[in-house]
Amino acid sequence: MRAADALVKALEMEGVEVVFGIPGGAIIEVYDAIYDSGIEHITTRHEQGATHAADGYARASGRVGVAFATSGPGATNTVTGITTAYMDSSPIVVFTGQVPTSMIGNDAFQEADITGITMPVTKHNYLITDPKDMLKTVKEAFHIASTGRPGPVLIDLPKDVTVADIEFEYPKKVSLPGYKPKMEGHPKQIKRAAELIMEAERPMILAGGGVIISNASKELVELAETIPAFVATTLMGKGSIPENHPLCLGFIGMHGSKYANYAVSESDLIIAVGCRFSDRTTGNLAKFAPDAKIVHIDIDPAEIGKNVRVDVPIVGDAKKVLAKLKKYVQYKQRKMWEDKVSEWRRKYPLKYNPDGFKPQYVIERACEIMPDAIVTTEVGQNQMWAAQFFKVKYPRQFITSGGLGTMGFGFPAAIGAQVAFPEKTVIDIAGDGSFFMNIQELATCVKYEIPVKVLVLNNGYLGMVRQWQELFYRERYSATCIGCEKTGFEAIARGFGAIGMTIESPSDVDDALREAKEIDAPVVIDFRVDYQANVFPMVPPGAALNEIIDEE
Amino acid sequence: MRHTIAVLVENKPGVLARVASLFRRRGFNIESLTVGTTEREDLSRMTIVVEGDEKVVEQVTKQLNKLIETIKVSEISEGSVERELCLIRVHAPPEKRGEIVELTNIFRARIVDVSRDSFIIEVTGDEDKVNAFIDLMRQYGIKELARTGKVAMVRGNKK
Repeated sequence: MRAADALVKALEMEGVEVVFGIPGGAIIEVYDAIYDSGIEHITTRHEQGATHAADGYARASGRVGVAFATSGPGATNTVTGITTAYMDSSPIVVFTGQVPTSMIGNDAFQEADITGITMPVTKHNYLITDPKDMLKTVKEAFHIASTGRPGPVLIDLPKDVTVADIEFEYPKKVSLPGYKPKMEGHPKQIKRAAELIMEAERPMILAGGGVIISNASKELVELAETIPAFVATTLMGKGSIPENHPLCLGFIGMHGSKYANYAVSESDLIIAVGCRFSDRTTGNLAKFAPDAKIVHIDIDPAEIGKNVRVDVPIVGDAKKVLAKLKKYVQYKQRKMWEDKVSEWRRKYPLKYNPDGFKPQYVIERACEIMPDAIVTTEVGQNQMWAAQFFKVKYPRQFITSGGLGTMGFGFPAAIGAQVAFPEKTVIDIAGDGSFFMNIQELATCVKYEIPVKVLVLNNGYLGMVRQWQELFYRERYSATCIGCEKTGFEAIARGFGAIGMTIESPSDVDDALREAKEIDAPVVIDFRVDYQANVFPMVPPGAALNEIIDEE
Repeated sequence: MRHTIAVLVENKPGVLARVASLFRRRGFNIESLTVGTTEREDLSRMTIVVEGDEKVVEQVTKQLNKLIETIKVSEISEGSVERELCLIRVHAPPEKRGEIVELTNIFRARIVDVSRDSFIIEVTGDEDKVNAFIDLMRQYGIKELARTGKVAMVRGNKK
């Protein structure tokens, strides 16, 4: 069998239903093979879009996302998408074409050393030089991408390898002597954690993206209710507990709510699950939760102790460890602490000045009108407002580039999520700056009838940078005014064959959102919002979480 | 502080690049690195000397462990046998040859090449011994020097 055909057959055996990519000379054999297969291929308009779409598909569904690209520029265009997936531990497998093995190293046409380039941003990568390794490699790649701490895997396919004739024998098992993720969690450590929980007067759970990846939401909520402990999430952990749950305090960090940041700062025990204590989450590390002991549950041992001192490390899968931990703890009332947190919650709600046409209002209304929608975001102010004001109800509902902070991620990721869930409403909450970074994928949406709704909070600025310039750089707005108030997103959408709307007043927001929700086609809504709106509250760079400031 | 780390890896192309890339990316400083075969054909052993405090070494160890092709990482700073080999081409005019030969014998080093006005001397030992010998040779004029970097093994029975 031609190796390219064997590859496609292997993908089918891995349960792959859809691939995002762009063909080219070096990967043409694989495209020839997929032509007859049952796998759907969605041709994006840029390879970055393909990798983000595969990533969005993976985050929304929990399955492995797959992207194809050709050699050289096709391959290098995948790098931002791969790095985005790497930083947020998203399982994708990327196949790139490569020049024939005899030409590798000769600077041949469209040759790029993509395995060298992606070495630091993949969980693992392969250059197949012997066609006999093809099937074993595919098997390993899917295993590595989806198990342990998930991540992107790249397979580079020289053209002669894809043409070669091989036997189709798909391996049943992988043999990776150096790769054995620890799942169970050490029983002694779990008991120690339970002891600390029972001693604690002000316990907090900090839930990260790992809870969602491990499908551990049920176990998380059960543990929280048993203790009982308030749950704060990281940005990536948003959705790990329904945000209308009485114990959920929303997300902490630079733009988290005051009450969540206060609660974490004053707690005496933090049970951190599947999070990596990133700088945006912790604020000034030296002043992070000074009175708290820390229990850290993570499947990646390298995350434990990397940023904060940890009292009880537990290496294991969040779902398994949380279920076990629950068995060792009992309900204990902590009235003073509950009252204190409730008072903070009452005193410091998330708020904004409602005068004029505020971007936050658009998000609040979207949350009301499409409460079950899968929400992707771009990066910057739009992302933070979405995190603050779109209260999500279930895991994998909120999809955002937390680690790398990739502008241009949200729109193609929404395409991936929509392909995974054709029946759901999928919205991309975007800024005008970020939407431009992968706007070409509107053509993909139109061609494949992918009815993603893009809500562009158009303020004409690279708003988050503008906000920093206003607050910390004496209002010297260097290079941040991009003038999108002159850009007609409605006309652009129409030009692509999508539906466009322009909304200039808050009173028209509801109708537009309701209308968009009912349209079974891609829609772009250009919300002409106030450009002065900023994201608050805010932990200034270098400050502690409890030094969080308001707008005034 | 310096730490010696032994890393057992699969003997495959690109593994050294992965390890080197990891050190560069995480900002760990490699003092020396040796790679060689082991008792098993499919495995190679790297001996890496790294400079840093406990926290750095912990991260190095954990990050190395995360590489798919890494089989085992062990720190072997204490109670280990450490050896390094060094070749020194030293200026050796006839009137100095006696002295140099004598020093070479004291250090149990060996003269492996003799030419009209120089020797090549091979010295093996732990780092301090090699350093001491190099220092002694300086007075005669070192023309060329090559060190292998360290290989190391923990004493006693293999666990």
